Amino acid sequence: MSRPAIEVRNISKSYDLGSIGATSLKDELERLWKKVRGREVSARKGQFKALDDISFDVQPGQIVGIIGRNGAGKSTLLKILSHITEPTSGEIVLRGRVSSLLEVGMGFHPDLTGRENIFLNGAILGMKKAEIREKLDEIIAFAEVEKFIDTPVKRYSSGMYVRLAFAVAAHMEPEILILDEVLAVGDARFQEKCLKKIRAVAGGGRTVLMVSHNMSAVRSLCDHACVLHQGRLIQTGDPEECTETYLGIYHPTTESGVVDFKKPENETAWMKRARLYCDGQLGTQLEMGKPLSVEIDFESETEMEPGIGIVINGPEGAKILHASTRNAPSPSFRQPVKGGTIRCDFGEIPFTAGRYTLSFWFGGLSYDTHAEDPCFSFEVIERDLWGCARPYQAAHSILWWPAKFELQG
Amino acid sequence: MQNETADFEITLRPNTGWMQLDLKEIWSYRDLLFLLVWRDFVAKYKQTVLGPLWFIVQPLMMSVVFTVIFGNVAKLSTDGLPKMLFYLCGQLGWTYFAQNFNSNSATLVNNAGLFSKVYFPRLVVPLSSLISNLFTFCIQAATFLAFFAYYKYFLHTEGLRMDWRAVFLPLLVLQSAALSLGLGLLMSALTAKYRDLVHLSPLLIQLWMYATPVIIPLSEFPEKWRWVVALNPMTSIVESFRLMLLGAGTVEPLYLGLSVIFTLVVLVIGVLLFGKVEKTFVDTV
Repeated sequence: MSRPAIEVRNISKSYDLGSIGATSLKDELERLWKKVRGREVSARKGQFKALDDISFDVQPGQIVGIIGRNGAGKSTLLKILSHITEPTSGEIVLRGRVSSLLEVGMGFHPDLTGRENIFLNGAILGMKKAEIREKLDEIIAFAEVEKFIDTPVKRYSSGMYVRLAFAVAAHMEPEILILDEVLAVGDARFQEKCLKKIRAVAGGGRTVLMVSHNMSAVRSLCDHACVLHQGRLIQTGDPEECTETYLGIYHPTTESGVVDFKKPENETAWMKRARLYCDGQLGTQLEMGKPLSVEIDFESETEMEPGIGIVINGPEGAKILHASTRNAPSPSFRQPVKGGTIRCDFGEIPFTAGRYTLSFWFGGLSYDTHAEDPCFSFEVIERDLWGCARPYQAAHSILWWPAKFELQG
Repeated sequence: MQNETADFEITLRPNTGWMQLDLKEIWSYRDLLFLLVWRDFVAKYKQTVLGPLWFIVQPLMMSVVFTVIFGNVAKLSTDGLPKMLFYLCGQLGWTYFAQNFNSNSATLVNNAGLFSKVYFPRLVVPLSSLISNLFTFCIQAATFLAFFAYYKYFLHTEGLRMDWRAVFLPLLVLQSAALSLGLGLLMSALTAKYRDLVHLSPLLIQLWMYATPVIIPLSEFPEKWRWVVALNPMTSIVESFRLMLLGAGTVEPLYLGLSVIFTLVVLVIGVLLFGKVEKTFVDTV
């Protein structure tokens, strides 16, 4: 077939540490002054590689998702691809007209009306006036702001604002579209509409490259994915496998159900070890509807009244549950101790199938001394709780609920 | 449409050269250029009562202040011209340059948010302010002409005549635009690196006005020191404005020539340095 729409060849990007942010004239003069007096000038603080030797190809018509944790280099890559900044080394070839959408509503002026902003924003995105005029009605209809189109956008609700902004962007017709996290605009219904539009854009033979934290969007939209980790490309290929890899990076596996923590520096009270019990057994596999509990060993150099909190994060990384001794009615532990074990029973948590993670924080009655970001993961396994042959599905929701239904009248 | 642009291909790589100016690309963004001009214009006067009339009020007030303070109190010479006309004309020659310099020197810093999210040729922004400031200039020129007519035909002021060379006025305006673009871009590129200059630019332009014969005509300076004032490229421009529009001004071909050469050099340096800085400037904001 034809040549790739995007060729990325050995792209690296490094930043000077310490000089991120504008240098002030004062700094520069100080250095000069030191030089003049023959003093040694302190060296720049070294370099940070935001991207390290990245290479990949994107074929025309592909929808490629780029995933990775915060700071993995996704945004830097998009900025280079969108021509906003340039790589330190390497080369990128783009075949086709490129439009990038790293933020919605760029250049919107609050005093201008919706209609006027459509033209302005469209032109900033690289559309011609004639093109915009042709699509004007379509854009207005898509944004659902017909009534307010001649009102200054400063009077818009934030929902109307982002809908209008996305609508303009969605009606560009580049051969290559570069997107960043913009899927997360508006309410759930409008998001669905945005996803549909992106699918349609790609269906029209255009190439789409998008960065997202929304794994289900990546799985359902993309036909190819790239995983970035600490500036390196660690996997490309099937989105299903790539999202697995990503979740693997994000969720450390500790199959034994036991995690040891390091004592944080300069703190006098800390968590030593956490144990996870699934249905009463040490482990990380929890069948749907079975009880979950956690035990945490802690130690303190001085006597303290311990406080603890546990957050459970969902499969897409969102925090979905928080349990804490500070918010609970029952006992904050009022007896000063220098160590011990706190046990927390969650009971039967109504989670659907998927991988969940646990974060902990620990401290005294009103101050934290030790926090552990997602450090523990467990898997909820699908089970037909009531033998009705239709178990609750993860695709429908994160939580299921044993609600009581009743037919009336 | 797909086939039309199928050969459209760009290569992005670290830039090493200095010659970055792509006029063809800027031309392809002309719609954006004019929309930005129009935005400036509309946004400035939404919710104002007087609207574009503010363009007239400001130089008019300044001229009145100058007339009272410098003309009547300090009794500075105005080359034998009516004071009000003298100051209005001086400001006409000066304001376009000053406005351009002010808006252009802040280009990168003021638009950092936009520039770090979307690509378009950055030069479009300063070019658009040159055009939108031209509106201000035209309105000011009309104000000046109204006063000119009043003095000439109602007050029948002696010796007041518009020179035939006034047809070259657009060339002077073009030179002001070029000079302010060059200096503004230079300043903008430096400001991106040294944020201190944000505070320096407005001060610089204020002081510069006093070093330019906007208030004191060049003829008032002692012959011996005139060349120092004339080295300022704006001196020839402001004096030429007066010579063309009011028939009294000190313009020497040598100084005018130097001013043009200076303008071209600054323009080239400004555009090249700006081109160099704009490529990576989002990394440092």
